[in-house]
Amino acid sequence: MVELSTPVKWIVRLLALAYVFFLVGWPMITLAQRTFADGWSSFTVAFSDPDVTHALLVTVEISAWAVVINTLFGVGMALLLVRYEFPGKRVLSAFIDLPMSMSPVVIGLALMLVYSGRYGWFGPTLEAHGLVVIFNSPGMIMATCFVALPLVVREVVPVLEEIGDDQEQAARSLGANAVQVLRRITLPAIKWAVVYGVVLSLARSLGEFGALKIVSGNLTGQTQTAPLVVEQKYNNFAQGEAYALSFVLVLISVLCILVVSLLRPQEPRP
Amino acid sequence: MTAAVLGQDTRAVGRGRPGVRSTLTPGAGLGLGIAMVWFSLLVMIPLAAIVATAGDEGWHGYVDTLTNPQTWAAIKLTVGQSLLVTGVNVVMGTMIAWVLVRDRFWGKRLLDLVIDIPFAMPTIVAGLVLLGLYGPGSPLGINVSNTRTSVTLALAFVTLPFIVRTVQPVLAELEGDVEEAAASLGARRLTILRRIVLPAIVPAIAAGAALSFARAISEYGSLVLLSGSLPFKTEAVSVRVLSFIEGGDRTSAASLATIMLGVALAVIVALDVLQRRVARRG
Repeated sequence: MVELSTPVKWIVRLLALAYVFFLVGWPMITLAQRTFADGWSSFTVAFSDPDVTHALLVTVEISAWAVVINTLFGVGMALLLVRYEFPGKRVLSAFIDLPMSMSPVVIGLALMLVYSGRYGWFGPTLEAHGLVVIFNSPGMIMATCFVALPLVVREVVPVLEEIGDDQEQAARSLGANAVQVLRRITLPAIKWAVVYGVVLSLARSLGEFGALKIVSGNLTGQTQTAPLVVEQKYNNFAQGEAYALSFVLVLISVLCILVVSLLRPQEPRP
Repeated sequence: MTAAVLGQDTRAVGRGRPGVRSTLTPGAGLGLGIAMVWFSLLVMIPLAAIVATAGDEGWHGYVDTLTNPQTWAAIKLTVGQSLLVTGVNVVMGTMIAWVLVRDRFWGKRLLDLVIDIPFAMPTIVAGLVLLGLYGPGSPLGINVSNTRTSVTLALAFVTLPFIVRTVQPVLAELEGDVEEAAASLGARRLTILRRIVLPAIVPAIAAGAALSFARAISEYGSLVLLSGSLPFKTEAVSVRVLSFIEGGDRTSAASLATIMLGVALAVIVALDVLQRRVARRG
């Protein structure tokens, strides 16, 4: 294996560390400093504000729904993509990846054009039957699902491909039915991949901003989510509250990363 | 740890492999049906709606939207900054991946962990975090808020993990014996890096670059607080789409969104091609 000469090795190492430190490390430290500049007071102010606590509840509720739906869809879709052959499979697989490279604003617009009660394709009909999608929870859950769509599928597919279907076939030949095979063989094998997918989806869902800004209508105390409150508080010069809420959101995302990093077995290093 | 997320694993499933049943069982067929109904309602019909709405005023409306000077400025800014940031990522991301795989030092696991933070952090918070160090009252004395540099900074932040996480696993799987053979035949370090290591990781770098470009061009949340979205100066394409939506101009919003959708699709197709190239090598 090629080794860099000592001075080059140090230069590369320091450059990499400095880049990450100035781009991510130091800014995060500054956030912590600003949050705790007046001790815990910004937390007290922020979390006694009913708009903030309500927004946090809305965020948790919407994310929970989206994660549950995406997990069911993700595991099912991964099984279909890996274990079965059907026409259009490759195109479907590509379209599932599309949200990774799509702007959240475009996602919000797409949902508005179909489900808006004023001008959407289906919106007016749905509202006539009492189902309000846009500026309401269903639309917000859909937007969050759209944004985090590929995360579970992408975690589960490689694991399913790696384990193959020998055990499943053996179980089937011994008389197990489809449900038994799924519950006893397949699900235990992909358990950790599903957990990673869920944690990543959760982090992504809790932090969604652009798509939710459009489909939620950003109504304070009603459909406003935590990231939307951060923007509003910051622009209304309640910066202490914005920092306090951001700190909580960062803490959650770092926690998610830690969980994934601790659960995932260390890849063997050469 | 986001390697599998940022890698291109799902795209490998398109290949027909021995051992894969070629027909759907009734149960699987029903599952596929339900999944497709949800997928159509969530993704396919809304995307079709964008394209259809963009076509409302025909080719003429389309050209009008894009040649609007403010929109054109936003496109130029976004594409330019995305290319710049992707270039930076190609160099820095590859370097960071190299350090994570081949170097050994105290605190390496922390570096590995920090790389994923931009991926998991809410984008609006990313903007706020950068504002702390590079905005008004910066401890460094640097204030880039409301300038083009702030756009570069925000995009570099949110795209940090992409190339690192696509190159890292490829570099880790690289066998050392080819390099040792080259060295025993008298190749110098630079020659080995250029002739053996680089060709092996180029497809991964390209895949990471495509993802990073797509992410940069579609970024919205982290720019909101940092760039100020000044027309003709720091306004990005996503912000422009949003102001069209808020102004009730759905046709223009959809026209611009169609182009962004086209770029996103092109990236997915490019990744698919790259994935097959990587698979052939492996």
